[in-house]
Amino acid sequence: MNPAMETPEQIRDRLLARFPGAEISLVPNPAPGAQPSLCVGAAHLREAAVFLRDDDALRLDYCSNVTGIDWPKPGHLEVVYHLYSMALRHGPLVLRARTGNRADLVSLPSLTPVWRSCEFQEREVFDLYGVVFEGHPDLRRLLMWDEFKDFPMRKDYVEPPDYEWEPTAHDAVAAKAALQHPAAAAPSPAPSPEKT
Amino acid sequence: MLGTGLIKGLMVTAKNLAGSFHDPERLVTTEYPEQRTVLPQNYRNFPFLVTENAEDPMGTLRCVACQICEKECPPQCIYIEKSKDKKADAAGKMQIYPAVFDIDISVCMSCQICVEVCPFDAIKMDQVFEIATADRFTGLLLDRGQLSKPNSYFHQIHPTDAAEVDGRLAAERKAAAEKAKAAAAAAAAKAAASTASAPSPVKAPPPVSAPPPATAVPAIPPPVSPPPPPSPPPQP
Amino acid sequence: MIEASTDALLPSPGSRVRPVRDPFHGDLLEVSMGPHHPSTHGVFRMVATLDGETIVRLKPVFGYLHRNHEKLGESTTYLASMPYTDRLDYLCSMTNNWAYALAVERLIGQPVPERAEYVRVILAELTRLLNHTCLAGFLLQDCGASGTPLMYAFREREKILDLFESLSGSRMMCNYQRFGGCRVDPGAHWLAAASRVTEGYGRFLDEFEALLTGNEIMMARTQGVGPLSAKLAVAAGVTGPMLRAAGVAYDIRKVDGYGIYPRFNFRVPLGEHGDTYDRYMLRILEMRESIPILRQALAEIPAGPIMDPKARLRGLRPKAGESYGRIEGPKGEIGFYLVSDGTPNPYRYRVRPPSLINLTILEDLCLGRTIADAVIILGSVDIVLGEVDR
Ligand code: SF4
Ligand code: SF4
Repeated sequence: MNPAMETPEQIRDRLLARFPGAEISLVPNPAPGAQPSLCVGAAHLREAAVFLRDDDALRLDYCSNVTGIDWPKPGHLEVVYHLYSMALRHGPLVLRARTGNRADLVSLPSLTPVWRSCEFQEREVFDLYGVVFEGHPDLRRLLMWDEFKDFPMRKDYVEPPDYEWEPTAHDAVAAKAALQHPAAAAPSPAPSPEKT
Repeated sequence: MLGTGLIKGLMVTAKNLAGSFHDPERLVTTEYPEQRTVLPQNYRNFPFLVTENAEDPMGTLRCVACQICEKECPPQCIYIEKSKDKKADAAGKMQIYPAVFDIDISVCMSCQICVEVCPFDAIKMDQVFEIATADRFTGLLLDRGQLSKPNSYFHQIHPTDAAEVDGRLAAERKAAAEKAKAAAAAAAAKAAASTASAPSPVKAPPPVSAPPPATAVPAIPPPVSPPPPPSPPPQP
Repeated sequence: MIEASTDALLPSPGSRVRPVRDPFHGDLLEVSMGPHHPSTHGVFRMVATLDGETIVRLKPVFGYLHRNHEKLGESTTYLASMPYTDRLDYLCSMTNNWAYALAVERLIGQPVPERAEYVRVILAELTRLLNHTCLAGFLLQDCGASGTPLMYAFREREKILDLFESLSGSRMMCNYQRFGGCRVDPGAHWLAAASRVTEGYGRFLDEFEALLTGNEIMMARTQGVGPLSAKLAVAAGVTGPMLRAAGVAYDIRKVDGYGIYPRFNFRVPLGEHGDTYDRYMLRILEMRESIPILRQALAEIPAGPIMDPKARLRGLRPKAGESYGRIEGPKGEIGFYLVSDGTPNPYRYRVRPPSLINLTILEDLCLGRTIADAVIILGSVDIVLGEVDR
């Protein structure tokens, strides 16, 4: 947004110069007026983050937002960091990191040692998406209870069919109710008879 | 000096205590069931269905069961079943009507999105808030009969909006009637022309939108004020 | 004694430890405060480990109000998420609406008419007044000033809520902003009423400050309690009044200049010590800065449409892409991150909750203080659990 900051292309080139061989690519963003984001390979993620934080021209000292995204299509989980600089008042730079797949290669280096603000947000991403952050000081579920098994924000998460009685029976709900309470569903949860 | 801040603070409380006996700015509570505040016109609570005629609410629902509101309602608390047959609406056009229209107001969050998306001004927000019931399941599931309220009630609770809606509807209906008349005239002319040139065994089809049959609903009452400009709706 | 986090910028390690014996200090006691404790402002739990009355470890536990707001957002249309944003931070529904509208407008490149921009500023500043007033009242309640300041605060808040109600139809669940403008036009009558409230607010603040700011008990209770260093605040992503109370001049209204904020001339108050008193004072000063903004906006608001005529209400299908919209909410940076894949529902809908992130440093603020202090430190952080747990 702010013209004072280098473009993501320049940042990528400087990162590549600093860490030769790192997997760093630009992810285009077709939304109007939006800037592309930087996708950094897990191997160099933490070094790159430290560089972005400490570089004199960037000083991205404020990690505002940490988000997970589930991509069943290419088959990986993605973590998105929105970085700003409070010192130089510019930003954002969008940093992304991708896991190997969605089943067993789900770990990424934690950026909590770089930005403290990642601590709870990474816990949330772990909780809801199942990304394992290596080096996180206290990686536990944040919003769901500890015994909870699944990762609810994944696109293939199946909600438990524990609906209560639902009077405005939409088809999807009715189907779930029939699955859960076959007996109750038998006299079809029809709406009340009309008065007129 | 230690304590001055405290004394200053106590003076404020004293001022408020004294003020609460005479100053309406400082005594803002109302004794609710006995005293009632006037609700602002924009106040919204739960939706209701507008009918044109209080005498025949089910016959004159404006709703045509297009199910747009059902689709857009964020918590999905509207349930509509379309009718199999059609009946004439206020403009005399044959329309589908909702055979079932339920709103579960225990789920409804009064967001007004159904009102905004309805292209027929058929659903509006009510202002009745005393709806406590002992039966939390069926007592809060309102059906078509409970939901429908006449247009005059709409005028009573949202006068500005209602006048605007009536003006717009009247204009639309007039335009539609004129168009229908023109179409009828054109069809008649065409039919006349075709019969003149080559008599056909097939009878000319009747005009698509006939003028309202005699049994149709009486015209809506004229709006209380001249129709305001189409947008934005004025707010008092 | 257990080691507190040595490096102030790093969190202390895991909380599953139940320290029981410690040869020098006797037993440590683990106290679970909440989720139904009145001082936690909702259903929030702190697991505090105490050495005598001193807190040596404190771990917040979230999730009692979790309803997976983000999943709801992903399973409904863009429009249908708007009323749900009201329910995040239910004191500030107008600013939540704005942040969400901003994110969607950025995603689809939707312009907003001038009049709507002014209305948004007016509503955002009124929300700021409302939130900070409530916060001051609650903070005093937490200090033990039971009732009186809170009732004065609520009396004023009600005036603003009346304005919201007469404009949007609901006191708190406003659901007022739309992509490309606002839902209804505030007529001249409403603007006049807003002017009256604005003009009366300065007087209320004078009175409120006379009651509290110089109050010796208040000062003894809050000064030096829970200081937050600027360094930690920046590293931990703390935003809003808490950050500025720690002395960091970072106000998104100035930095991003979203909406029409660059047209307004206002100062950003800063704190010195970052303690609870500074956090209280900073909010009072911010309210005082909001009043001229409101005055200017109410004087300058132009006539014109309130909605962009090309804006669409239904059937929004943004092209694939992503956007992040953030504004300076009363509690801090409220942001919405949207990823679209070209379908009517957002592919990813994320809320950046300021209260949650401001709350993550609670332990650092409370270490070495007593339980009674933890309560007012929590009060000064300003949380709404609807937003923390989402
Ligand atoms: S109320 Fe309106 S939107 Fe809903 S089905 Fe009836 S006509 Fe359609
Ligand atoms: S007001 Fe909102 S929740 Fe209620 S029926 Fe209408 S769209 Fe659904």
